[in-house]
Amino acid sequence: MKGKKKTIKVDYLARVEGEGALHIEVQDNKLQDVKLKIFEPPRFFEAFLRGRSYSEAPDITARICGICPVAYQMSAVHAMEQILEVKVEGSLRDLRRLLYCGEWIESHVLHIYMLHAPDFLGYQDAISMAKEYPEEVKRGLRLKKVGNEILKVLGGREIHPINVRVGGFYKVPTKRELEPLAEELKWARDAALQTVEWAAQLPIPDFQQNYEFVALRHKDEYPFNEGRLVSSQGLDIDIAHFNDHFVEQHVAYSNALHCIHKERGAYLVGPLARYSLNFATLPQEIQQVALQNNLQKTCCNPFQSIIVRGIEVLYACEEALRIISEYEPPQPMMDFKVQAGVGHGCTEAPRGICYHRYEIDDEGMIRDARIVPPTSQNQKMIEEDLRHFVAQYIDLPEKELTWRCEQAVRNYDPCISCATHFLKLHIKRS
Amino acid sequence: MAGTKKPKLAVWKFASCDGCQLTLLDCEDELLAITEAIEIAYFPEATRNVVEGPYDLSLVEGSITTEHDAQRIHEIRRNSKFLITIGACATTGGIQALRNLQNVDDFVRIVYAHPEYISTLETSTAISQHVKVDFELRGCPINKEQLLEVINAYLNKRKPNVSSHSVCMECKLRGTVCVMVTKKAPCLGPITHAGCKALCPAYNRGCFGCFGAKETPNVASISKWYAHLGVEQSEISRILNTFNAYPDCESKEEECER
Ligand code: SF4
Ligand code: SF4
Repeated sequence: MKGKKKTIKVDYLARVEGEGALHIEVQDNKLQDVKLKIFEPPRFFEAFLRGRSYSEAPDITARICGICPVAYQMSAVHAMEQILEVKVEGSLRDLRRLLYCGEWIESHVLHIYMLHAPDFLGYQDAISMAKEYPEEVKRGLRLKKVGNEILKVLGGREIHPINVRVGGFYKVPTKRELEPLAEELKWARDAALQTVEWAAQLPIPDFQQNYEFVALRHKDEYPFNEGRLVSSQGLDIDIAHFNDHFVEQHVAYSNALHCIHKERGAYLVGPLARYSLNFATLPQEIQQVALQNNLQKTCCNPFQSIIVRGIEVLYACEEALRIISEYEPPQPMMDFKVQAGVGHGCTEAPRGICYHRYEIDDEGMIRDARIVPPTSQNQKMIEEDLRHFVAQYIDLPEKELTWRCEQAVRNYDPCISCATHFLKLHIKRS
Repeated sequence: MAGTKKPKLAVWKFASCDGCQLTLLDCEDELLAITEAIEIAYFPEATRNVVEGPYDLSLVEGSITTEHDAQRIHEIRRNSKFLITIGACATTGGIQALRNLQNVDDFVRIVYAHPEYISTLETSTAISQHVKVDFELRGCPINKEQLLEVINAYLNKRKPNVSSHSVCMECKLRGTVCVMVTKKAPCLGPITHAGCKALCPAYNRGCFGCFGAKETPNVASISKWYAHLGVEQSEISRILNTFNAYPDCESKEEECER
């Protein structure tokens, strides 16, 4: 006789960026199958980057994702600068970190308050949550705005900033233009601390995973733009060797490729990985805040990512304040001569590493482009989390289990728009 | 919410980067007030909640790139009293319309190890090529103030105050010196639809046309300008075909000269 069959189906995942669905099958209380389906249509970015100028890459790749355009702009300019042998240093480099601070604050706060917290408290969305948590939601909105203000002043606008170019910026701000940001950031620092404390007391499901964390590591700073690529399993490589260690798989049910480690399979990028691999470079006060708010030096509960995002917002506020206080306007851009070559860029998007590789000819035209966004790297891990989570919580009523599974996906703040642009990758290796 | 009769808002997504719908969530100061005046009935990026249609106001992001989406937009139209496209993707086909200039069969054959898993149309097309659109908002991404203005105008049953002149005009209004004259930077300002308040020139760079062509753009004349600045023909055609495709240079020339 056939046993009881249970299917968890979420046809359109809400509160994620992009279009995805979830399919889980359970037979006789045993998990049969887990699929995170991505049906967002592909947009062929790598294909039409060919034949475009190196200088267009930051603006074009930004359009892969409206939530983390800075990550694409940064990875693109770094890859090109490697080819053109330009080194962006000093306060010009700091300005890039400042821009990234803006994106981390904006993106993380959006996720914490508007996309993730409602799950913990049982609301459909932040708007309905605002009825009982007006102060918190207002705090979230104002905090998010501080991130957006940084993007606006430095980048020209919040979504798809227009000021980033290979070699630097089109225009750098004056000291006076940055000052009002500092005022808001002081408030934001306190609000970020309250955010961490608030997130720490949310009802967090008991769940631990054995992850291989992968993130950038820089010897003296919490990573944004630069560093070696390291993992909790001993990986320690130059970003140029990304392809030697990682590979994508094309699965039938998804419009996005799954990126895995060649020998060890699924791995995790994003806040948990960054935090656990770089705890030592967080300022001491922030380490203290983390340890006082239910975190250890390593975090293996993906539901706690909401606290870790809070810690990273706090860090981004501190870092932004430091940069603004030390700021002296530099020349907007470094000089360089166009030359042919291959370059790699890998920077820490809010959701984890975003890897780019370009080949350009001696006129600066792109001959080949390859982009690996964070969500395609996490996809396989999301499925593994669900596998374990469902096994552990199989007795929950179906409705609740479904919601919890959605929440488990949202732990990743998955950006599905990012994950699907890149099917072109497959091209080159087939 | 029971008993009140707020207009129902739906936000739909097609092929896009999510940036335009994010603009709504970026209205940090206005968001809660908006939800006082309007019921968010369908907006998956922001809520799990789904209220059945028909919808009073639909905002549509993204372009049509699959057979399934070409069907879906008709359903949405039937279910929407007023339909506004938001952004370059929805209004002109967006950056992914670059595929329209190339052979998509080649793309697909090279792209996929398993082409049978993927379905895509040869072109990326604007929403208005499929259904009637009541208003179009330009930009990649749209401008926040303009979004608030169209929502406001809708609620107050008036015409949105969204000007249709050029970015060039916006430069003059804001008093930015011309980057084409002072920096010899190729700038699409003269033929680009207003809406960004001439952002790029204020940051010392030429406009790259993210708001798309204004009505009756004189493409021939701007191409001559560029040639004058020493910009090569291949670059001119690249500049004219990125975030929004501009009308063809030659055919436009005839029209302009008439
Ligand atoms: S128009 Fe631009 S910002 Fe808007 S969805 Fe399309 S790519 Fe994104
Ligand atoms: S100046 Fe042109 S490219 Fe720049 S934001 Fe405005 S329309 Fe877009």
